[in-house]
This record gives sequence, C-alpha cells and structure tokens, in this order.
Amino acid sequence: MTMQPASTEIASRTAAIIRELKGLEGPLLPILHEIQVEFGHVPQASLPAIAEALNISNAEVHGVVTFYHDYRSHPAGKHVLKVCQAEACQSMGSDAVAAKLKQLLGIGFHETTRDGLVTLEPVYCLGLCACAPSAMLDGEVIGRLDDEKIEEIVAEARS
Amino acid sequence: MIPRIYIPGDSGALALGAEKVAKAIASELAERGIEAKIVRNGSRGAYFLEPMVEVATAKGRVAYGPVKPSDVKSLFDSGFLTGGHHKRWLGAPDKIPFLAKQTRLTFARCGINDPLSLDAYKSLGGLKGLQNAVAMAPADIVKQVTESGLRGRGGAGFPTGIKWKTVLDTTSDRKYIVCNADEGDSATFADRMIMEGDPFVLIEGMAIAGVATGATKGFVYIRSEYPHAVAMMNKAIEVARKAGVLGVNVLGSPNAFDMEIRVGAGAYVCGEETSLLNSLEGKRGVVRAKPPLPAIQGLFGKPTVINNVISLASVPIIMDKGAAFYKDFGMGRSRGTIPIQIAGNVKFGGLFEAAFGMTLGEIVDDIGGGTATGRPVKAVQVGGPLGAYFPRSLFSTPFDYEAFAAKDGLIGHAGITVFDDTADMLKQARFAMEFCAIESCGKCTPCRIGSTRGVETIDRIAGGIEPEKNIALVTDLCNTMKFGSLCALGGFTPYPVMSALNHFRDDFKPAPVAEAAE
Repeated sequence: MTMQPASTEIASRTAAIIRELKGLEGPLLPILHEIQVEFGHVPQASLPAIAEALNISNAEVHGVVTFYHDYRSHPAGKHVLKVCQAEACQSMGSDAVAAKLKQLLGIGFHETTRDGLVTLEPVYCLGLCACAPSAMLDGEVIGRLDDEKIEEIVAEARS
Repeated sequence: MIPRIYIPGDSGALALGAEKVAKAIASELAERGIEAKIVRNGSRGAYFLEPMVEVATAKGRVAYGPVKPSDVKSLFDSGFLTGGHHKRWLGAPDKIPFLAKQTRLTFARCGINDPLSLDAYKSLGGLKGLQNAVAMAPADIVKQVTESGLRGRGGAGFPTGIKWKTVLDTTSDRKYIVCNADEGDSATFADRMIMEGDPFVLIEGMAIAGVATGATKGFVYIRSEYPHAVAMMNKAIEVARKAGVLGVNVLGSPNAFDMEIRVGAGAYVCGEETSLLNSLEGKRGVVRAKPPLPAIQGLFGKPTVINNVISLASVPIIMDKGAAFYKDFGMGRSRGTIPIQIAGNVKFGGLFEAAFGMTLGEIVDDIGGGTATGRPVKAVQVGGPLGAYFPRSLFSTPFDYEAFAAKDGLIGHAGITVFDDTADMLKQARFAMEFCAIESCGKCTPCRIGSTRGVETIDRIAGGIEPEKNIALVTDLCNTMKFGSLCALGGFTPYPVMSALNHFRDDFKPAPVAEAAE
C-alpha cells in the first residue's frame, strides 16, 4: 500500500501547483486536474489553500470538486478500467461486457480490487462508437471487446 | 524515393490495434533491412476497415485493411510497399465505396496526412480561408458565414453567422471564441476525429471567428474522455504559434488571436453551452438561464462566440470557396454538408460526410449495411442520448433539421446508433431517464427530480404495476420535463423516452407471467 503524504507535504505540493497555474483565466479546473495527477485524488487538505489563493470560499471549492465525476476523494487502484455503458456500446452488448468484467474482477462499478490493482468505472462514451463495445485501461483505448479481449485486459490490469 | 507507410494514430484505429500493427511493420522493416518512413495519419473514418494501412506508390495511395499484426509478414511478402495484391488489399482509398460516396468538405483532409504537418495542411488547401479572412472587413466575413447557411453542428442548429454578428456588434474590451469539444453524445465522434486527424482546420476556423468578431482569445473545451485529442490539439497549437498562424499578428495581419486547450472533468452537462462557460470559469457546470445570451455576456461576462467543433471546422472552406459554394449543398434550410456518424450495431460503421437530404434508410441500410449481428434493424437512435428512437417505418425521413423535428426527433450532432431486434425499448427508455438523473446539473426541478421519478415509474411499468396509469404518468412527466427544463438535458430526455413509448409500445407491455410455482 502506498503511504498517504502528510498534510504539510500536501500543502507544499499544492502551493507549487497553485503558483504555476494561478495566472490562467479560470484556473480552478486546471489546478484540480493537476492536483489529481499529483496525488491520485483531490485531498481535502489541499482545498483551503486553493480557496485562499483564488479568493473564493472553501464551500465553493468543495462544490466544484464534488460536481465533476472525474475528481476522486480517495486514490484509485493502480489501474483504472473504464468501460463504456452508453447507447452505441449498449447496442453491441456492453451490459454483458460489464457483467463479465465485474465477475472476473470480483468487484462492482466504482470499486477497487482488494489488492489495490484495478478500479472499475462506467463511462458514458469514449467516442469509439463505431468500434463498440469499448473500454479504456488507464489511457489506452480498446474497441470491439469480446471475451478474449476482456480476459486480456483483466490479465494486463492485474499485472 | 523511400516508401511511405501511413498507419492511423486516431484513437478509433488505436482501439482496433493500430499501435500493434505499427510496431509489427517497424520491426518487419528492420528485419528485412528496408528503409521506409512511417507516417501516423488520422483516420478517414471507415472504422470497419481500421486499422487501415496505406502506402504511397508511384500510382498513388494504396490501402489495406483491416490489418492485423499477423497480416504484416504476408503483406511484405506480397509486395505491399508497391501496392501488391493481398487479401487485405482495398485499392485506392478514395475509391473505396464508403469513402467515394461521400461529399467531404469539412473532412476533406482528415486522415490523409500527418495531422501536425502544416505543410501537408497547406498543400491540400489549408489556410486559404484564413488568408482571405484577414484581408476582409469583419462584417464581410460574418456576412459570408451567414450567407453560407451554416447552422450549429453541435445539435441546436442555430445559424452560426447570426451568433457571430451579435458578438461583432457588441462593444467590449475583450471577447472570446469558445469551441465546444465536449462531445459527450453516444454515437458521435466527428469532433474527436477532426481534432485527432486535422487539428489545423479547427484552429483556422477559430482564428477566422476571432478576426470576424474582434475576439483575441480562444478556448477549446475538450472532454477528459478524449486524451488523444487533447494531446494532438496542444501540439497543433504549438505548431500554429511557431508558424504565425496564431499570435499577435495572425498570418502577418494586424489581428491578434491565440488559443488554449482546457480539459473537462467528466460532466456530460458541460456540453450545454452555458454550463460549459461556467466550467471554464472554474465553477460548477451548472446551466445559466438565457438571456443574457453568451454572445452578449458569455465567458467572464464578455461577448463570446460559442460554437461546436464541426461548425468552426466548416468555416475555413466557406471562407476559401465562398458562401454560395457551401450553400449549394443540402436541402431546405439545412445547407451544406453534415458528418453523419454511423455507430452501434452496424456493419459498416464510421463517419459519412454528405449533403443534407439523404434518407435515414439510405444511411442505415445502404451505407451502414444493416446490423453487425446480421439481425433485422429494430430501431435507430438519432442525435445521441437526447435523440429519438426511430423505427423502420420512419426510414424515409430525410436527414434535415426540420424534417426530423416534424417527426418528433432531432438530428443533434448527427450520430446514429443502430439497434437490432434484440433491443428492449423499455430498457432504453429507462436508461434515458437514468442517464439524465446521473448527469443532471441539479439546477432545475423537472430535470433533477423528474429524471429519478421517470426511472421509478418506468420500473413500475416493467413490473406490470398499473401499466396504463404509469404510462400516462410518464407521458405527463415528459411533457413537464420538455417544457419546464432550463436546458436540453432535461428538455430533450423526453425524446428517447416518448419515441420508445410511441413506436415500440409492445415493449412496454408487462412480460408474460411465468406459471406460478406451487
């Protein structure tokens, strides 16, 4: 298991990100994206510094963080597997794909395997609608999923 | 001349194994000691043929596809570098029927060359539109775009030129061009393809919009589900800056225009323009009431042109060839071409750019070739998750904004999802409500509460609980959502729900009860 950084460390790394991006027009989302890249999630401890730097309230920052599906309150597993559940993939059996992934990984959506290796999430469209059903493992896109490919993905994610 | 091999780097092609094919070709070249240049082009959009590898021969390009890594050795053995015959041989790419039948205006260059080569872009007519624009008065540019008949390709179909005119006519110290690249609708990938396959056309279109309206800064808001498009656009902007396409003197003119890429954070509703503006400002992606129009008070309260990727990417050809040229394509009040995205359970899936006016049946049966599973087509959803489900009996509907509206549907961003006869339309109607509940921004009650009540009511219909009464309730709820919601999310969710109900009523009948067990 990875150790959670101490809150003083979170504060200093957050401050560096804020310094770098504060000059942008509308800097809050870019800052939050960068914080998530840095920590794997958006730690509560980093929110007051952002609020202070952007001259907005803690509540406003909290409101933004919780509005968007992408921001995590806890770190994800080592690999994140997003499986498309939108209409084009539904028409090609994405329900069965999701069921098979859940069964192979032993987890449901928004859950992480106990060994911390894989987080499984639904996604609503990857723009691979002519190659359905599709998924994305970390940044890598995979189309026309069949049983063989699903097993490959799971094996890769577990390694 | 060393041979050139084109292997798409488009994410659709990558999803089908293009990277493995590229590696196999590179290692085969090394093994055989052949010198060749591998170019990573975008996709031409015939996804049923991806990964489609092309080679430049003395007689022009020759395509092979769909290529598997295991085909690579035999391709070399067949002399594919000089266009040799092979079971994957497709001939000249522009003669492939799916591509040959298209009218490519916006996508004229997409998938042909290295997306980051500005020279290649210029060699195929790129930058001519912007060159013309910088020599014109802003009002004349706006007039030309208005006269072309171009309407917003994001889905609303609002005349692009009118938006631009409002921004031009509004005085302000600062104005913005915002490109909506939050392409969240299932079945759509045209924006992604352009950004990954011909990013300069979008940059050129945005620069023209800037010159036309007096805006000096542009933002492209790209959804986070499109990491490849984000990377490509960032690189293309760098190239454009270095070449003076962007900067303080656009193409040497006194016009300043620069742009920035911003990445969304997984909220479907941010594809709605006012919600997108809030998100860009660093707020919750909550919908704003209109008025004020974004054209008058948009991003940071300043006059803002907010257009879809395809609208902006269609501007360069209008400024190059003229309004009349563009307007000449199409039917009725739908002028020009539309990139139709044929997706889902379909044999020949991909992007098909054509003039407005083809019938839905021609698109699905003739171009798409029916279902991938080989079963009969039961329904097609046109326009993404907020679009109506059309049965075969409506296949004579021509692809046109007004014609679809007349059949209680919409063309939206022109994505079409094909379903075979195994589809359960009650389940699809339920999903439409469920999706609305997941993605609602929460600002207005019909959308926030209505969607959840919709799911529950449809569940009762599925369970055989007072079906007639509950169908009437869903109908009434849809009416409230349609007319009472602030934006298209709550307002258009009734389209898939009501079309499923109206055209596929059998699917809403209670399932036959299994014989009671003792």
